[in-house]
Parts: sequence; structure tokens; C-alpha cells
Amino acid sequence: MELLSGGEMLVRALHEAGVEYIYGYPGGSLLHVYDAVYKQSAVKHVLVRHEQAAAHMADGYARATGKPGVVMVTSGPGATNTITGIATAFTDSIPMVVIAGQVMSHLVGDDAFQETDMLGVSRPIVKHSFSVRRPEDIPELVAKAFYIASTGRPGPVVIDIPKDMTMPNERYEYSYPKKIKLRSYTPPQRGHSGQIKKAVELLLKAKRPVIYAGGGVIIDGSSDKLRALVDRLDFPCTNTLMGLGCYPGTGARFLGMLGMHGTYEANTAMHNADVILAVGARFDDRVTNATSKFCPDAKIIHIDIDPSSISKTIIADVPIVGPVGNVLDEMMALLDEANEVPDADAIASWWKQINEWRERHAGRYDKNESQLMKPQEVIEAIWAKTNGDAYVTSDVGQHQMFAAQYYKFDKPNRWINSGGLGTMGFGFPAAMGIKMNFPDDMVVCVTGEGSIQMNIQELSTCLQYGIPVKILCLNNGSLGMVRQWQDMNYEGRHSHSYMESLPDFVKLVEAYGHVGIKVEGRDELPQALEDTFGKYNDRLVFLDVAVDPEEHVYPMQVPLGTMRDMWLSKTERT
Amino acid sequence: MRHIISILLENEPGALSRVVGLFAQRGYNIETLTVAPTEDETLSRLTMTTHGDERKIEQITKHLNKLIEVVKLVDLSEGAHIERELMLIKVKAVGAQRAEIKRTADIFRGQIVDVTASVYTIQLTGTSDKLEGFIEAIGPGCVLETVRTGVSGISRGEKILSL
Repeated sequence: MELLSGGEMLVRALHEAGVEYIYGYPGGSLLHVYDAVYKQSAVKHVLVRHEQAAAHMADGYARATGKPGVVMVTSGPGATNTITGIATAFTDSIPMVVIAGQVMSHLVGDDAFQETDMLGVSRPIVKHSFSVRRPEDIPELVAKAFYIASTGRPGPVVIDIPKDMTMPNERYEYSYPKKIKLRSYTPPQRGHSGQIKKAVELLLKAKRPVIYAGGGVIIDGSSDKLRALVDRLDFPCTNTLMGLGCYPGTGARFLGMLGMHGTYEANTAMHNADVILAVGARFDDRVTNATSKFCPDAKIIHIDIDPSSISKTIIADVPIVGPVGNVLDEMMALLDEANEVPDADAIASWWKQINEWRERHAGRYDKNESQLMKPQEVIEAIWAKTNGDAYVTSDVGQHQMFAAQYYKFDKPNRWINSGGLGTMGFGFPAAMGIKMNFPDDMVVCVTGEGSIQMNIQELSTCLQYGIPVKILCLNNGSLGMVRQWQDMNYEGRHSHSYMESLPDFVKLVEAYGHVGIKVEGRDELPQALEDTFGKYNDRLVFLDVAVDPEEHVYPMQVPLGTMRDMWLSKTERT
Repeated sequence: MRHIISILLENEPGALSRVVGLFAQRGYNIETLTVAPTEDETLSRLTMTTHGDERKIEQITKHLNKLIEVVKLVDLSEGAHIERELMLIKVKAVGAQRAEIKRTADIFRGQIVDVTASVYTIQLTGTSDKLEGFIEAIGPGCVLETVRTGVSGISRGEKILSL
């Protein structure tokens, strides 16, 4: 058997786990490992400019490919800088493996230089974590980490490695386990047949059904199965923010997103539904509004691989614990066998009602008479320019909601945003992680002048590795969503929600070696987009687009109300 | 309602901190907690008591089960079970009180395990209710110090919690 040092075993094991890219930043406790990285070429390393960005890059990669993203950081500040990124992945159930250096074992607990209790600090935001205690355990721990991160409800796993576990002169027999079995971890493989049967019976009797699908469908790679079920039943389908793309955004049976900034028709249909089929969604507070008033007439079927997501906020009438794809397969099989079909008259009149609701708001917004654009029209323009086929990442705030509402995603894994944690600074590094793995695809980061400054240093990484993402900055000079809430709830007192002394973004990106284009009026946008995807296609382009700071995101649910209680504009309420 | 949750936990460093952390993180309350290795050295047995309605307890057990190191879990209060807690209690015992306290300890099947001219140290085993009953019986005024192990429990009959 081959003898390898701990550092070499780590890198070899990552390779065997299928890792192509490590996103990271070296430091004292990881120098032996970085030397092992240097001596091989199978696993490529991407040097970021801040460790938070490494975690978001790995996260973006994971969301687009479905495979775990890998982060490597040194002990102390290197490790703690990844915390926001780990929490982001945890909240959205994204597979990730974080290799964190640690001080020498004999120094642990002595407040040594660059020592942090990384396992302790990260404990509430990881699916699991390991500390390496014997170098020969490294291959097995890596295999376990990937297995845990990517199965069941995925999530981040941290491996803490003290420096003395990686000594170059101490060599051990290397063998990577072929199969991992953990006696205390057995993710569900299939749903309960009896429950699935009950669910199908309920669906067949439904007169006002809604299928409410979330990120779990995308994570499970089961969008095709969901589409088949929706179309087979001819039921309306709404998606959560995390689920956008699992049912086609331009599909006839699509009601749009639901929840706080969901469409009028999606929220109203949910409120009036008699049966709701929740698939890989978790009844988040940004979806349900007041849980006590949630969908009063609905029987709820809830499919989720995580039992703790079921009946957490909303009690399920038919809970089904299992992988979405497997459960949907079984549902389809039962529908094939069933002698019944849904009540066609009832479904037709339900659609008639929904189509009336669709007319009420229909994504309307007022265009300015001046050249100053509304953010919505910029999103519509980028959607048209990219044929609706780009990978779109976003940061957090108004621009995120506008992108979710006005970019119609027809494919899964294309809409990449921090839905659960709401992490500003996520979008740009996530876009980088995606672009490196899909160099031929269009990758656009929709951001704002606030969010982009939270990880803008990565412009430097993009130059080093030639990562030509497109940054679409909707610049309203304000922290738009904060401002919107201040307008609505604090009589327009804009406490610290405006940005003074913004940099000249064009000059800034040029200083980093990229292309910056300022767009101040409507007439300038078409040419700017043309250049972005034309003559500058192989360059990173930063589009600094001035948009109307007065614009609000609508619809917006009225706090503590039902699903259908919404503001549809500054003056119109349901 | 009070629940007694019994867990077989991987006997690994950090495992207990995940269990305790989970309670803090999600706002659940731990009333008592005991943990010790089992006859299988790879496993620890942990018993905790907590309060909550059915929905809360369901969430607690689901989240505990999600922890990778939790191998098996049972809510003992769902079935017939035996629970015990041990208390060492130091009480002021002077004059006529000495005989009275001794009598009360006998009634509760407690044992006096240490004696000075003015202090008895009594060992008492039973359900939590019984321990509290004893304190009430001797009068809280003479209690100098108490230490309790927290609840341990096991199912009645042939039901066992093992791998």
C-alpha cells in the first residue's frame, strides 16, 4: 500500500471524492496541506481574496451542479471568515465540505496564535463536523464528510485538521473507503406507501388544489417528475423562492412565486385551496404569513426528506417523509393504477377563477416617463437578452425579489440565491463558482450597490483565473428593501438606508482589470447589454445601472395577515 | 407535560455538546440531564427530562434524531417505565430535630451517609416527586445543601433500548 503524509492523504482523498476545485486561502496551520496541493494537478485550487467568498463560491458550484462544494481555510480568522458562508449553505440545505486548519494538537485549548474552536463556533450551522485525531483516519473522514454532506437533506460538513495531522515526514498507509456506512445515519430512501396512497386519494378528490414546490425538488434533481405530475393532474403550481425553475417559469400552469412577494394569483389560490401538495418546501415564515390564518380550508400533504420540516410551522394532514423523486414516482404509479381521475368540472372552474385572479395584478408596474429606469424593466431586459437561459445569482434585497419575479426560470439550478439566510455578498462569488464550472454558459449576478460591496474584492480573483461573469448592479443609491420598509412602517425615516460616497464602480472595476459600463438612462441599456454579451463576452463586465430609488417591490403581504392579504402597489390593497 | 427522553449516543468527543447545543439553539428547556458510558464502550446513555406539549416534544425528538451521533432515541414517558434520581442532602440536625430527621429519612428509605454533631448527610433515591416530598417533609428550613443526579430511566417489561 502507498505511504502518504496526512496532507497528501487529504488532497488525494478529495480527488477520490470527485473534487475538481477547492476554493480557499492558505495560512500557517495548512501549509503542509498547501504543499501537497502544489505537488499535484488533479485537484485545482482557487485563491479567493476573502474566505467568506470561498464558501459562497463553493456554494454556487454546489447549487448549480448538485455536487458538494469544497472550501479550504486556515485556522482562526480563516475559519471564522467562512461562518456566514457555511450558515448560508446550511439554511438552504446545500452540500459543502469545509476543511479548516487547526493549531497543533498539543496547543489546542491554550489560546494559541490563530486558534479558534471552529467545531464549537460552527456547531449550530453544520450538518455535522469532525476533528482529525489520527492522520490515518483522514481518508475515511473525508469520505464520511462527503457522504453526510450530499445525502438526505444536504448540508455543510466541517473537518477540523490540526497541523500535526499533516506532517510531511510522517507517512501512513493510504486507502480510501469504497463504501460508507454510519450506524447512526440512515437517510430515508422511500416514502411510506400507505401515506402516499392517502395523498393520491386526497389529490384525486381535490376541487381547488395547488401544488406548492420548493428547493427540495431541485436538490433532489426531481424537477422533471414534478413537472410530469403537475401536467398530468392539470393542477396549478407555485414555487417558493428556492424552488424557482423546478416548474417552468413560462409554463401555463405556473402561478409564479408565492409568499411575501409572491404573485396575487399564487397567494390567493393558496388561501382558497382545498388541497395543498407541498413538495420539498418547508412552510417558511416568508411563505405562510400568519400561520394561524394560513389556508383555512386546505388539507395539507407534505413531502419532505427531513421529518423535522414536517408539521414544524404548519400541521400536515398527510405527512410523507422521503426523497421527493421517489415519492413522486410512487404517486405517478398510483395515478396510473387508479380508476379515478380528478373532477374535471371542478378543476376547470378552479382554473377559470385563477385566470381571473391572474388579471388583477399581472406583474404590472408603472414605467417612468423620464429616462430613469425601473428595476423591473432592467430584469426583463436581461431576461430577453439572455433568452431566459442564464445562470442568475443574486444578493439580497429588492433586486433579489425583482429578479425572482421578472426573470422567468424555465430550468432548475439556474436561479441561485441565498433564500433562507438572506446573505448580502453571496451573489458575486456564487456566480464565480458557477462560471468556472460552466464556462460556456451565461452567468449573471444581479446585485445592488449595497450588496456588491460586501464581496467586491473578488474582482481580483476573477482577473487571476479569468472568470468572465456579468455583474448587473441595480444602483438606486439605497438599501432598497430597508428603505421600502422604512417608507411603509416608519413614515419614510430612512435611517442609514442610503449610501453616500459610493465609489465610481466603472473606475473601480477598471482598476481591477475588467470592463465597467455605466447606464444612466433607458436608451443606453440595449447597447450596454449588446456589448456585455457581444464584444466583451469573454470579459468580466460590471453594468452599473441607475434605477428609480422610489420603487417598491409588490405584491407584498400585509404582516400578520392571511396569504392573500397583500399590497399590490403603494395605494392598492387586497 | 414532562417527558423523559433516553438516548444512545456515540461515545465521542463533542457529541454531548451537540445535544445540549440543540436545546439552547432552538429554545427548548433541559430540566435534568444525566450521561454515562454503557456496557458497550462505543456508546453513552443519556437521559434528559424536558417539558412541552406534544408538538414541541415531537420537534425535539425529530431534531435529536437528526444529530449524526444520536444512534437511538426513545421517549420513555410514552410507555410504562421506571425512573430514579439520587439526591445527597445535607441538613441541620441538632437537638430534638436529630431523631425527627432520622425517622423521616427512614420513612423515605433514605440513608444517613455522613454525620457530624450538627449535620446529617442523607442519601435518597426515587422519583423526582419523592425527593421533593422528602424536602417538604423535613421542612426546607433545615436544608443546608442538596445535590441531585438528575433522572435516569428505563422501560418496564421486555422493551429494551439497544442497538
